[in-house]
Amino acid sequence: MPQTSQNTPLSQTPAESASGGRSLRCGLSFVLLSVLLAFLFVWNVNSGSVDLSVREIAEILLWRRGDETAVNIIWQIRLPRILAAMILGGALSVSGFLLQTFFHNPIAGPFVLGISSGAKLVVALSMIFLLGRGITASSAVMVLSAFFGSMISMGFVLAVSRKVRQMSMLVICGVMISYICSAVTDFVVTFADDSNIVNLHNWSLGSFSGTTWGNVAVMSVIVFSAALLVFLLSKPIGAYQLGEDYARNLGVNVRLFRVGLILLSSVLSACVTAFAGPVSFVGIAVPHLARNIWKTSKPILIVPACFLGGAVFCLFCDLIARTVFAPTELSISSVTAVFGAPVVILIMIRRRRAM
Amino acid sequence: MAKEFFFYTEEMTVGYDGKPLIRDIRMELDRGEILTLIGPNGAGKSTILKSITRQLGLLGGCVYLDGQPMRQMSGKEIARRQAVVLTERIRPELMTCEDVVATGRYPYTGTLGILGAEDRAKVRAALETVHAAGLAQRDFNAVSDGQRQRILLARAICQEPELIVLDEPTSFLDVRHKLEFLEILKQMVREQKVAVILSLHELDLAQKISDQLLCVKGDRIARHGTPEEIFTSETICALYDLAEGSYNAAFGCVELPPVKGTPEVFVIAGNGSGIPLYRRLQREGIPFITGILQENDVDCLAARDLAAEVITERAFEPIGEEAYALALSKIRQCRRVLCPLQTFGTMNRRNEELLREAQRAGLLTSDE
Repeated sequence: MPQTSQNTPLSQTPAESASGGRSLRCGLSFVLLSVLLAFLFVWNVNSGSVDLSVREIAEILLWRRGDETAVNIIWQIRLPRILAAMILGGALSVSGFLLQTFFHNPIAGPFVLGISSGAKLVVALSMIFLLGRGITASSAVMVLSAFFGSMISMGFVLAVSRKVRQMSMLVICGVMISYICSAVTDFVVTFADDSNIVNLHNWSLGSFSGTTWGNVAVMSVIVFSAALLVFLLSKPIGAYQLGEDYARNLGVNVRLFRVGLILLSSVLSACVTAFAGPVSFVGIAVPHLARNIWKTSKPILIVPACFLGGAVFCLFCDLIARTVFAPTELSISSVTAVFGAPVVILIMIRRRRAM
Repeated sequence: MAKEFFFYTEEMTVGYDGKPLIRDIRMELDRGEILTLIGPNGAGKSTILKSITRQLGLLGGCVYLDGQPMRQMSGKEIARRQAVVLTERIRPELMTCEDVVATGRYPYTGTLGILGAEDRAKVRAALETVHAAGLAQRDFNAVSDGQRQRILLARAICQEPELIVLDEPTSFLDVRHKLEFLEILKQMVREQKVAVILSLHELDLAQKISDQLLCVKGDRIARHGTPEEIFTSETICALYDLAEGSYNAAFGCVELPPVKGTPEVFVIAGNGSGIPLYRRLQREGIPFITGILQENDVDCLAARDLAAEVITERAFEPIGEEAYALALSKIRQCRRVLCPLQTFGTMNRRNEELLREAQRAGLLTSDE
């Protein structure tokens, strides 16, 4: 007699234990990454030309006690920079995740689609324009110009994506847009005659250095509010992952939703470009790694995971940029490219095999 | 007053980019019924389905669900009443089958879309309905086409709709999975009284599961009716422009055209003994005559579509003199005679005589 089928309700079914394993994995991943973030935070605070013990750092951070130079270095230079790396890293990853969702394309990201370069171009233009008149560009102006530039590039990418369905073609177009924008930026920077151009040049390569507390305040407000909105959009993003038609049938207002995705991802990546210049590959590599660590693509988990992962990734890369060839600093993009580009290649190879 | 249907359309006009493709579509469907759209490729079956599911805007007319115009319903309300299974293949990343099915709970969950205990139970029940409980934790991209379609059906089921719209759900499936899929669908319709509208390419299956059929061709609905009304040789041939070949209503299948030319072979057949031989001769490109078959003989029904010529006798009558004389004269014009027929009785005594005549003339060849 087939008795086994009647026994199953008593014992745990394989499906239940598997989903139990999944939630354990998710929780554990969050904990581990948070620990890693804390560790990198301390390491970052501690590394540089002035060496400090962990005890000293704790005192400086908690009570601002200790050697005055050390307090200043940590509070005025290292801490804002670390916070910027974390916040902007998170912003880039979430922005990449949104673009991947939008284009149904795992190698979409603000950098490869030329959106960062568009932002860079407009920021450079407005900086030169203002510097020429003796005005230093404020955070707000930088962010607005970056957003404007992002939207221009995004417009091109959207126009192309209506014509081509292949993901590789879309990326090639993005890379071309990116080259054109970079060329124009270089051209403008070369012929602009101002001593401040040196700063501009450094910025256009990408770096978290020189971040002020004022910058941190502005970026926190923008990034955290945008990221919160993204998190609240988790449900429609999840529905959209099965494709536009299924999403529409489930009652998602697809047109409004798409506009929202584009605006949010542009705001996030524009904020990064405005403060740190273009930063490559974080937007693709981190969401991909996050999906594979958490083994899911549920937006409600992946959005926070991307943010956390991006913070860890950028903090790690900035540490390397700062310390490996100290006192010479590397541009953040070179470091993120070294770690991010292989991930992109891996995705492409895997995809090919799957198809 | 006319009967109020659960789902109906009034003068619905559908098309792309403001250009009407099909006009004045009328559909009337009750709960627990299956309406199937059939018709040639590119006729607009998908366009009609997309218009019903609001992927495309209507160019005219109105669609009613439960007496209410769908135009006035909110996206959420429609989502709770209508579910879809689409043709486009989806490749979601890192989603288990359970995750895919769970997206069907979208219209019922809160702001963040977190599933409650009840939602989980419904997902599980839907998976069980399609016999796919064991696939719950498998990656959706790693399951077979047949399993994938069942998962997508489960997704639609757990949306708890009153109407399910499926666009060519069986296109990529092999015979076994086609049957399995439609069996699940039929059972669900019977038990849960869901209304179903779908498009199918397989005429034989459409005939077996549909309560109503809509023939889509040209700029209007060519025909609308029950399977008995639609599956006639004339309607199907006209719908698909079968100038070559034919549709055999008795067997519910399509046939290639008979081989043309002067018949070389005469087949003495009857009682189903001839059909395999007819098919072989057709495959080999040999034109043939067959006889003498009563009009109610199964061989006769097949031979009309396959043979160059059929010599017949009226149904239920013994073979008469006239048919016999005709057959004999035809045999003399043929190079070979084949006789798969083994049994002779009162009604076909004359066929036995034909066989003897053929033997005497040295025309009879063995089957090989």
